[in-house]
Amino acid sequence: MTGLTRLSAFLLRRFLGALSTLLALSVIIYVVFYVAPGDVAQITCGPRCSPAQVQQVAEQLRLDDPLYVRYWDFLQGVFAGHDYSTGTGVEHCEAPCLGVSYQSDQQVTALIVAKLPITASLALGAMAMWLILGVGTGVLSAWRRGRISERVLTAVTLAGTATPVFVIGLLLMIVVCGQLQWLPFPQYTDFGDDPAQWAWNLLLPWLSLALIEAAKYARLTRSSMLETLADDHVRTFRAYGVGERSIIGKHALRGAVAPVIALTANDVGSMFGGAVLSETLFGLPGLGRELVHAVKVVDLPVVVGLVMVTGFFVVLANAVADVLYAVADRRVVLS
Amino acid sequence: MTLVQVTDLSVEFGSGVRAVDGLSLTLEEGGALALVGESGSGKSTVASALLGLHRGTGARVDGSVRVAGIDVQKASEAELRRLRGGKAAMVFQDPLSSLDPYYAVGDQIAEVHRVHTGASRRAARARAVDVLDRVGIPDAVRRSRSRPHEFSGGMRQRALIAMALACEPALLIADEPTTALDVTVQAQILDLLHTLREETGMGLLLVTHDVGVAAESAEQVLVMRGGRAVERGAVRDVLAAPREPYTRELLGAVPRVDAPVAVAPARAVKGAGEGVPGPVVLEAVGLRREFGRGKRAVTAVDDVSLTVRRGETLGIVGESGSGKTTLGRMLVGLLEPSAGLLRHGGAEGPGGAEGSGGAVGSGGWAGPGGRVDLGDRVGLGGRVDPGVQMVFQDPVSSLNPRRSIGESVADPLRARGESDAFVRGRVRELLERVGLEPAYYDRYPHEFSGGQRQRVGIARALAAEPRIIVCDEPVSALDVTTQAQVVGLLGRLQRELGLALVFIAHDLAVVRQVSDRVAVMRRGRIVEYGTVDQVYGSPRDPYTRRLLAAVPSLDPEAAARRREARRELAAA
Repeated sequence: MTGLTRLSAFLLRRFLGALSTLLALSVIIYVVFYVAPGDVAQITCGPRCSPAQVQQVAEQLRLDDPLYVRYWDFLQGVFAGHDYSTGTGVEHCEAPCLGVSYQSDQQVTALIVAKLPITASLALGAMAMWLILGVGTGVLSAWRRGRISERVLTAVTLAGTATPVFVIGLLLMIVVCGQLQWLPFPQYTDFGDDPAQWAWNLLLPWLSLALIEAAKYARLTRSSMLETLADDHVRTFRAYGVGERSIIGKHALRGAVAPVIALTANDVGSMFGGAVLSETLFGLPGLGRELVHAVKVVDLPVVVGLVMVTGFFVVLANAVADVLYAVADRRVVLS
Repeated sequence: MTLVQVTDLSVEFGSGVRAVDGLSLTLEEGGALALVGESGSGKSTVASALLGLHRGTGARVDGSVRVAGIDVQKASEAELRRLRGGKAAMVFQDPLSSLDPYYAVGDQIAEVHRVHTGASRRAARARAVDVLDRVGIPDAVRRSRSRPHEFSGGMRQRALIAMALACEPALLIADEPTTALDVTVQAQILDLLHTLREETGMGLLLVTHDVGVAAESAEQVLVMRGGRAVERGAVRDVLAAPREPYTRELLGAVPRVDAPVAVAPARAVKGAGEGVPGPVVLEAVGLRREFGRGKRAVTAVDDVSLTVRRGETLGIVGESGSGKTTLGRMLVGLLEPSAGLLRHGGAEGPGGAEGSGGAVGSGGWAGPGGRVDLGDRVGLGGRVDPGVQMVFQDPVSSLNPRRSIGESVADPLRARGESDAFVRGRVRELLERVGLEPAYYDRYPHEFSGGQRQRVGIARALAAEPRIIVCDEPVSALDVTTQAQVVGLLGRLQRELGLALVFIAHDLAVVRQVSDRVAVMRRGRIVEYGTVDQVYGSPRDPYTRRLLAAVPSLDPEAAARRREARRELAAA
């Protein structure tokens, strides 16, 4: 098989795998919400609704239908689109339709499309930062292993990991944005409008998240590199007079690539589910904040939609990681 | 001029272990010296000291080492880097792990060349192709872009030698350069080293545990033991007339294919029933095993039929990938054959009725002379015959490091549901039987030497009171003197217990020493099958002949003659 057909076969398999994962996820969420306590109609309608009004809401949201009927409606919406009653009229929701929010009557798909760029910006920017910071620190500490500078680096990154995001983020905001006024308080500017402003406004959240994640990456990089440094092929290059800089930067670093890719895929994937704490702290209205709110008010369609999206990105990130593995190491065969 | 001058070298590792103890040696320019010794003799430590590789590792190095005019002890880092690869280049044992898996072979050689010559990227790359071509890599331009895993073992070793040649060093240090290779490939690599020395006039310091390899490749030999020199001199003098008892012991333990079997411990078994073959205890008919499916299916064993008789040793010899291990695992029941029949018999011991063991699985056995349906699937149905046991190659990884050796040996007995008192007593007996102290019951594998661990492995195999023991490379991880002891033990056990042995090995000499009958395997098939005298005395198959011709000879003159013969064969 040529590389390209192997790649497309791989992607197709991954796509089908993702689809079944997402279907399973949606079933689980439906069941969980069905058995969970609490009167959805009452919550949706509000505390001051009369029993008649609550009954009306329940009918409109079709809460009294059996579980399988509601789930079937959901599937239909995803693949073919669906019509929803808004109380005053009927609204059509195009496929892929993830339903309509119980709370705001907004279509979930539109809601996600609106919020996704914010979460994506936060996740991808933070990823770039933590890779630079973490891998860089890792390389330095592998190079300076056993010396004072390595211990200082290790201590700093460890302190970063040990501190919760709301402490680091809050401190940074107070000092860097408030007192020193070096950076603006975080806010979201659309990338398409002004890329420079987009990056500038998000720099502080990125840094905070990177500081927290960096230690993990530094230690992974360091240990993979030290492992490689003990390998026979490194001994070969030492025995051939190749300098330490080339051995560290070229041969040892290469050994850290695969584990770093794996960890990154994991972290980025789950961050797409919304970094709830940081979005709340930095006042960024992303998917995470939306999810917390939706769970609180039992807004089933929104919860399902958001979980679907998170699941999708986790699967996607892992598929990308697998392709990158194969690119980085030619011994890896996609299968 | 003197190329290497080592005076009173001592190397002590941090733990207080003195690996090299007051060793001196000299190698003239263009000469070839072999450092021969068993594991732990300090020979590799000497080789590393020549390049100053102990620097920065915490080892204490005393004495003086001069290589190509550089005082290695006093040299600066920069001087050392110039020495390494530029004036003295090292070829390591394991050619797969000695190259960076992520980079193309040609790029790695080019990198080394650039470090020493400052040549341009393009010139260094051209040089890499040049040297790869020189060491006999076909289509060197294309193959220089391959990663190490795309090379065979022999090609990787050639690539490492090419890397060594890249800067035209005056000295080549080869640390067990052929130990990981098949015997025919070993012969090619040794021939290559010989040719390169003739052409370039570089000196060779060869580190090896294999006396035959030393005889093939060096003029001088230095026998080491415990970090000291035991005996030194011209190869032909030392090997023909060793003066020191240790050298004599070492040479005596080396199994040979070109001399009468001196002490044949295992074969002495035949004494009892010479000429009268025992009953068949295991018979394989048309065994076949495939791995993978469809287009990617690989046939590891193909249509193999053989018989094993009580009290005899069947040797199975072949190079890596010949399917001998797969065959062994099928004989024990660890792997299910894709096709063919396995029949166990003679469970009662001497005179046991044929067929009493019964056929394994659903296919059934039609009885001697009966019809055999080849291609029938043998369904083992999860049943493994305790009468067939296995001894594995690696005595380190085949014992659980977290359990005492007594408990490892006890496993088969405990599985049978024996009482604790009985098990403990029996295990002590077994340990004694294989030459270990019964009190070792509660010790752990790391407290034992390789040979002792292999004895534990044998005791474990004996615990189930087998009729047959399949030994898969039981001695290939061991030093020759230990090897001789373990082979002797197997022979004694066979004699005492009337065991049938299946002895799987790549080493033709060992197989010759222990076997009554031999099967030569190649690409999953048996290409030659007969008594030891037939197979080794008058081999019919050309492959068997090639294998035998590749075995290093202990006689330097004979080695030179055979090298000439191989060269003519290759030229023709």
